[in-house]
Amino acid sequence: MVTENKTLDIERNIGNFFYPETHTHDAGIGLSEKTIHYISDVKQDPDWVREFRLNALRTFLSKPMPTHWASKDLEAIHFDKIRYYLSGGTQPKRSWEEVPEDVKRTFERLGIPEQERKFLAGVEAQFDSEAVYSNIKKAVGEQGVIFVGSAEGLKNHPEIFRKWFGKVIPTGDNKFSALNSAVFSGGSFIYVPPGVKVKHPLQAYFRINAENFGQFERTLIIADEGSEVMYMEGCTAPKFNTATLHSAVVELVALKGAKIQYITVQNWSNNVFNLVTKRGLAHEEAEVKWIDCNIGSRLTMKYPGVVMRGRKARGEVISIALAGDGQHQDTGAKMIHAADETTSNIISKSISIGTGRATYRGLVHVPKHLKHCKNNTECDALLINANSRTDTYPAITVRGTGNAVQHEASVSQVSADQIFYMQQRGLTEAQAMSLSVNGFVNDLVRQFPMEYSVELKRLIELEMEGSVG
Amino acid sequence: MSNSSAVLEEETAAMPQTAGILGGIQGRTDDALPAWFADQQRAAWTQFQSLPMPARTDQAWRFSNLAALDLSPYSAVGPVSEADGREILERSTGLDQISGRLVFADDHILERDVLSEKLRKTGVIFQPLERAMIEHEDLLRRHFMSQPAKLGSAKFAALHEAFVRSGIFLYVPRGVEVELPFETFHWLHAENAAIFPHTLVVADELSKVTLVENFRCTDRQRPGFACGVNDLIVGAGAKVTYVCAQDWSDRTVSFQINATAVARDAAAINLHLALGGKFSRMESLSRLTGEGARSDMLAVAVVADNQEFDARTLQDHVSPRTASDLLFKNALHDRGRTTFGGLIRVEPHAHFTDAYQKVRNLLLSDDAEANSMPGLEILADNVRCTHGATSGQLDEDEMFYFLARGIPAPIARQLLVGGFLYEVLERLPDRVLIEKLESLIATKFRAS
Repeated sequence: MVTENKTLDIERNIGNFFYPETHTHDAGIGLSEKTIHYISDVKQDPDWVREFRLNALRTFLSKPMPTHWASKDLEAIHFDKIRYYLSGGTQPKRSWEEVPEDVKRTFERLGIPEQERKFLAGVEAQFDSEAVYSNIKKAVGEQGVIFVGSAEGLKNHPEIFRKWFGKVIPTGDNKFSALNSAVFSGGSFIYVPPGVKVKHPLQAYFRINAENFGQFERTLIIADEGSEVMYMEGCTAPKFNTATLHSAVVELVALKGAKIQYITVQNWSNNVFNLVTKRGLAHEEAEVKWIDCNIGSRLTMKYPGVVMRGRKARGEVISIALAGDGQHQDTGAKMIHAADETTSNIISKSISIGTGRATYRGLVHVPKHLKHCKNNTECDALLINANSRTDTYPAITVRGTGNAVQHEASVSQVSADQIFYMQQRGLTEAQAMSLSVNGFVNDLVRQFPMEYSVELKRLIELEMEGSVG
Repeated sequence: MSNSSAVLEEETAAMPQTAGILGGIQGRTDDALPAWFADQQRAAWTQFQSLPMPARTDQAWRFSNLAALDLSPYSAVGPVSEADGREILERSTGLDQISGRLVFADDHILERDVLSEKLRKTGVIFQPLERAMIEHEDLLRRHFMSQPAKLGSAKFAALHEAFVRSGIFLYVPRGVEVELPFETFHWLHAENAAIFPHTLVVADELSKVTLVENFRCTDRQRPGFACGVNDLIVGAGAKVTYVCAQDWSDRTVSFQINATAVARDAAAINLHLALGGKFSRMESLSRLTGEGARSDMLAVAVVADNQEFDARTLQDHVSPRTASDLLFKNALHDRGRTTFGGLIRVEPHAHFTDAYQKVRNLLLSDDAEANSMPGLEILADNVRCTHGATSGQLDEDEMFYFLARGIPAPIARQLLVGGFLYEVLERLPDRVLIEKLESLIATKFRAS
């Protein structure tokens, strides 16, 4: 094997930088009822939200860490040392000239537009986002689509918001969903009226300044009957170091015949614990599709789920994970079949580089007396170096006849023959390796919108640099 | 659980018929047992008491029905009556041609079929455990309970070690190939009897041997408890085939904890057939410790009524260039329930591992439930590891084909299920053995 005995040295520090903290609202360090009251006061929460947060805090404190099955690394999180709320005055103060050369180079390599680079570098928090955002908002607003921050959503649209908020992912779902429920701020609220097919993908990216990249964002998307919407969050560029714990909750509700696609590209810096709960509820003939790509963070635990509650509902998870040196990508999917003729599909591909560890954890549940439910799960893992690690832990429960579930997983390494072939034709070993890895994930990367898939490919090339040779 | 028994006193000569196993091992004196063994049993009892009962949050017990694990009704009991013994021997029908046979009822030996002179001369040992620990103390001390129970049942392995009083020891010396299989029968007879059958197979370098163990009950309605351990030590270049055919009563709770160590260029085939029992848990661990080692792990389970079959496996690739292949098939009737939790683990530096794991569930009733957790932990690159898990039902086209040719539905179903399970059986190298297991499965179909 060509890559054996070579340790991989990814420059993960590329793009990790800080901006000075000058926040007008700061809930201080640690978590207590006082913190919750502070957040509720600042955000002028209605009483029910304040109560909801306090309840969630109690649930959070009472729940044990899931270390009986999850990584022991979770014990490294010190909840008393975390700031749970910061806002206002986040306008960074630095000039483009101060941005380190290598960061600029990374942006260059990724092909990020000039304006966005400035934002990402923390030079300009606004860039053009406000303008683009309002254009998008105007365009979709004419169709009756609501696309606002979650705080605005719960204030201005309580009749829709409250009906679904915390219903797909109850506070007590897990310790981290409880934490999010206690201290959430930021995130998006989207409502798509019946029959409306949103042409533009809605991007969180456009409302960055509206504290979308918060630590504890809460997103709720409701697609009413027969509507369609695509939402994208994150971006491929490495992100500056904001905090060590990111714990979001994302709830999707697809009513009869609706379609929701939710695309995530996660590239947190490699000191971040990224513990996210994402779940969609698919009603009759509705479809929820998660496209999830995890590249950054120290430990990511994320298992997007779909509860198929109506007949012929469909759930899908497409997952790509890239675990570099020192990283653990613990990702997967949950498919809960709760009605007849529901179908789900999970395709997961992971790449472990250097000491990286990629884990697939899956749950497929087909309860009693359902007919004609189908699940297909495929997970493939690629190991680049001799010290790389990959795990697969699926759990599949099927009751009754008339359902079909299949799961397949394979682990392999890059074919030495392929590498040899490419080297014969003048490619360097590193280029050949990068090409192989891109080929491995290619069919999934293609499912991303064009601009994302181009960036993803470049990003994989970047990550692969130095893994060989 | 009463802890008063932790202090041991060895004064009672005969075991009281009513001593529940949770009461401890006092009064279990067997003067014939060597001191080292008695010490080990005492230590094991202390360990059993100190280990916690499995809890819902234990990953190794995920999906298991923990309510089945109440051990309070069961006791170790005395020998069966002579008349019962004769009847049991009559019912112990197995293979026609064998190398040797041992029959136990409620953990007491009923019959030992002496080895042929020819086999004895080669140095083959096939005897009850209690005799082996005196006559072959060195071998026993080296291998008895030497492999840890890693798959969740450490507590029950300790219980076994504390209570074991019989079982078999099979030793095949270097280069000896035994053609005909060895055979054992372990019967559960008395109501609420607890038995702890132990099997230790040591196959020295380049030897070859087959052992078939039958676990049965005299009365299908009688409750009982069996907690067995079978350890297979396969020396370099040796070949061991082990078959466990379990048909406990409908009210038996059982554990069968297996550890197989496969050395360089050796091959082990392990087949577990589970037909009876209310709750049957099997744990099977294959450690591939030398280059070129190979382990085939096979299981067939047919569950009906409220039966539960709970299987946990680990394919542990310690050395480079090793292979393992697991194939488990479950046929589920009525409210039957199966759980499969398997893991392929490739240790660091175990390169060129070739591991395969496949579990297939055939659901034959709307109330049946199959849980599958096929897992992989790969810490080396340059490996080929694949697993698959499927759950489905009988192919309607195939059923239609049978029906169209005038074959009644129940028979058609039985043929199809039989065919489904046959794929596992046919991995055995012995034609006679395959037919024997097929007929056992067929008996279960006739009963249901």
